[in-house]
Amino acid sequence: MREVGIVSFAQSSALRERRNEVEILLPVAKEAVEASGMKRQEIGFTCSGSSDFLQGQAFAFVMGLDAVGAWPPVVESHVEMDGAFALYEAWVKIQTGEVDSALVYSFGKTSPGDLAEVLALQLDPYCVTQLWPDADSVAALQARLFMARAGLEERDLAEVAVRSRRAASDNSHAIVKGESDVETLLAEPCRSSPLRAHDCPANGDGATAMVIATGDRARALCDRPVWIRGFEHRIDAPALGVRDLTRAPSAQAAARAAGVHDDKLDFAELDAPYTHQELILRESMELPEDLEVNPSGGSLCTRVLFSCGLTRVGEAASRIASGAGDRALAHTTQGHCLQQNLAVVLEGE
Amino acid sequence: MAELCGIVGIGQTKYDAKRIDVSMPGLCREAALRALEDAGLGFADIDAVVVGKAPDTFEGVMLPENYLADALGAVGKPLLRVHTAGSVGGSTANVAMSLVQAGIHDRVLTVAWEKQSESNAMWGLSLSPPFSVSVVAGAGGYFAPLIRKYIARSGAPEDTGIRTALKDRLNAHKNPYAHLQIEGVDFEMIANSPMLWDPIRYLESCPSSDGACAMVLAREQLADDAPNAPAWVHATAMRSEPTQFPGRDAVNPLAGRMAAQDLYKKAGIQDPRREIDCAEIYVPFSWFEAMWMETMGFAPEGEGWKMVYDGATALDGDMPINMSGGVLSSNPIGASGMCRYAEAAMQVRGQAGEHQVDGAKLALGHAYGGGSQYFSLCIVGTEKP
Amino acid sequence: MSDAPEPITSIITPVRLEYDFTAGAAATMFLRGLAQRKIIGARSRPGEPVMVPPRGADPRTAELTLEAVEVSDQGTVVSYSIVRVPSDNIPFELPYVCINVLLDGAGLAFFHVLQECPLDEVRLGMRVKAHWAPDDQLDTSVTSIEYFEPLDEPDVPFEEIREHT
Repeated sequence: MREVGIVSFAQSSALRERRNEVEILLPVAKEAVEASGMKRQEIGFTCSGSSDFLQGQAFAFVMGLDAVGAWPPVVESHVEMDGAFALYEAWVKIQTGEVDSALVYSFGKTSPGDLAEVLALQLDPYCVTQLWPDADSVAALQARLFMARAGLEERDLAEVAVRSRRAASDNSHAIVKGESDVETLLAEPCRSSPLRAHDCPANGDGATAMVIATGDRARALCDRPVWIRGFEHRIDAPALGVRDLTRAPSAQAAARAAGVHDDKLDFAELDAPYTHQELILRESMELPEDLEVNPSGGSLCTRVLFSCGLTRVGEAASRIASGAGDRALAHTTQGHCLQQNLAVVLEGE
Repeated sequence: MAELCGIVGIGQTKYDAKRIDVSMPGLCREAALRALEDAGLGFADIDAVVVGKAPDTFEGVMLPENYLADALGAVGKPLLRVHTAGSVGGSTANVAMSLVQAGIHDRVLTVAWEKQSESNAMWGLSLSPPFSVSVVAGAGGYFAPLIRKYIARSGAPEDTGIRTALKDRLNAHKNPYAHLQIEGVDFEMIANSPMLWDPIRYLESCPSSDGACAMVLAREQLADDAPNAPAWVHATAMRSEPTQFPGRDAVNPLAGRMAAQDLYKKAGIQDPRREIDCAEIYVPFSWFEAMWMETMGFAPEGEGWKMVYDGATALDGDMPINMSGGVLSSNPIGASGMCRYAEAAMQVRGQAGEHQVDGAKLALGHAYGGGSQYFSLCIVGTEKP
Repeated sequence: MSDAPEPITSIITPVRLEYDFTAGAAATMFLRGLAQRKIIGARSRPGEPVMVPPRGADPRTAELTLEAVEVSDQGTVVSYSIVRVPSDNIPFELPYVCINVLLDGAGLAFFHVLQECPLDEVRLGMRVKAHWAPDDQLDTSVTSIEYFEPLDEPDVPFEEIREHT
């Protein structure tokens, strides 16, 4: 495998936006490219992630080309997935030897549509979507099952929220942050029992961009490139009734294959949009109990759908680049109830 | 490139306006199982699945590949979903090929599909914010002015498009999977078909089809041992450019020209028209055959129409184009690009039956999308590169 | 089996999603202009071509186009198509002429409709002008221009519009 390093990373504020997608993405992509020290035209490959249904437009990704300077024409691709999967495609492209660097970006606006309805369209179109189950309620089914199996209470979930919000305090991009306490959170009504608002993701609008490059190139471009040491993803069956919702075998398989357990982790950035999902992921990915998870506050405090996975990778890389750790796991998930999972292991030089 | 990639299995569905006999999973499995059978493999032999499709709005399912994970044998494996507008069938294959070429996987299944009958594609296409300038009637309304411009620039005779349409519609009779096989089709029938978006006539336009196309890809050693001779991937290329900007040539886009030049360079091709035996080119409206001949460097600028006129692009011409009947005969949008790749591979594997080009050793697959702004290409050969 | 029920070949699931789109800064200037019978494009800086309608960025350079520039409501047909296909979003009687019009002062051609011109007189290079909606129907919408109509001026030579698409 060729050594690939993360050279630069940028993200927008995730607050609800009255700018359009091009206006949100443009400064973020520009910041990532400028911070990389490469000229736009020097970057060998461009890959992005976004969703047409989220944006409410067919071919929503096309406008991304306006924002990233695709002229002269670029070698470019797009996944209808989170930007972390676009990063995977870019990493693969570099592994072929065809290119030595890539710009990866993603954007998402959750504010234009009714997210609960939009995400129902991910379910079985013949037998489930007609019931229009909202995403929080589907997640609540999983939470109930997991709590029963693991012997947990709503208090245990609230503790995840308290810790995440505290961690997000220093994150200027976070939507929800600050000190809270379990008693106050539990006094709030349930949204979809057993989940309360604090158990569910704080959704926002935004964009993320990243530049990666091969070994010597990355070393020449930045003081402390963050190396991608393992990169894997897996998917589980879609139907909620055919799998044990309290476990995420695809997360386990991805983590093992990515070499998560080959050495000690300093922290992890997990894309766990619901409190109980962090706990499922910790267990499925076989992470040490005392491992610091989501020092950025995670997707619970800041979720820009289709971008938050790439943001997890970027947050982890930034933290390593700043010297606050040498080895980390970044993760993203797609589909309902942790159906699809991606794990990337990052290391500082 | 770490590894050579061989196409060891190809599967297509019968293309039709409404495949109401199958569900979305059933449609995709029809193609996937045929490809696996061709490769002498089962789902268990596959390491990763790469799925391609045009907008999710076409079926009304968000990320339908997640719903299809078990139907495609992807459970417990990596699954990627590519979406690059109309070129997606080609770019999906390119991504799948790169997984093998990078040495990451031994065998990859790639599936591209569209089941437009599940929803309303015209509705899906015309979805755009209310404030955008929207006086364009469908894809034909967008592309017709480009064709008009091509005619003005090149001086091409007005019946050039009819000639391409006739060739492709006759070729479709030789392809058992083709959606449109119009009985008794001839020059007059096409010329007299209703003018939709002048200069595009009804029979010069692609249909809307349900369908899927699948390929099994394998690294060199495994492809060597495949039961049926593989098509070897010699080169792939992709280029994109923005939809509209000052100075853009949307008739002969630079992205298309650059992709072609990059492809030939990688494949070591000096004279594409002479060295390449045949090509499957994405031609949704007949005139695009003449236009892409120039973009692809098969003809000098302004002279692509002469290839059509001289019969060079016919099945027995010196540069046969769309032997399968092409997009004009079957258009499962998200799959249409992969169909081009698959049909090119079938030619160099000697699998194309009645529409086989004798002795085809090197073939080109082409897909484009958006406002003529996304291009995906590949060259496959009987011999290893 | 002869008494087996007919297979279910389809079900209908009505999907209705509402989105609250954001026009963005550049498109907002353009739309507000239309309500006042003005065509406002945008460019990244003086000397650069004016985008009409503005897309928010100059795609060649990936710079925001924040400078508003009013362009003429007269222009040149750089391409066209005669449309005979009905479409829900088109309020014109068939057949009608769809044009790519390059407005004077603009760097981009855009789609609109030509009326008050016999079909066989439409040609590349012909001069046209916007026909605005009556005052009470002006809105922050492209429909404020009802259509374009021919202008009594000599055609622009093809060579001058050859490269515009």
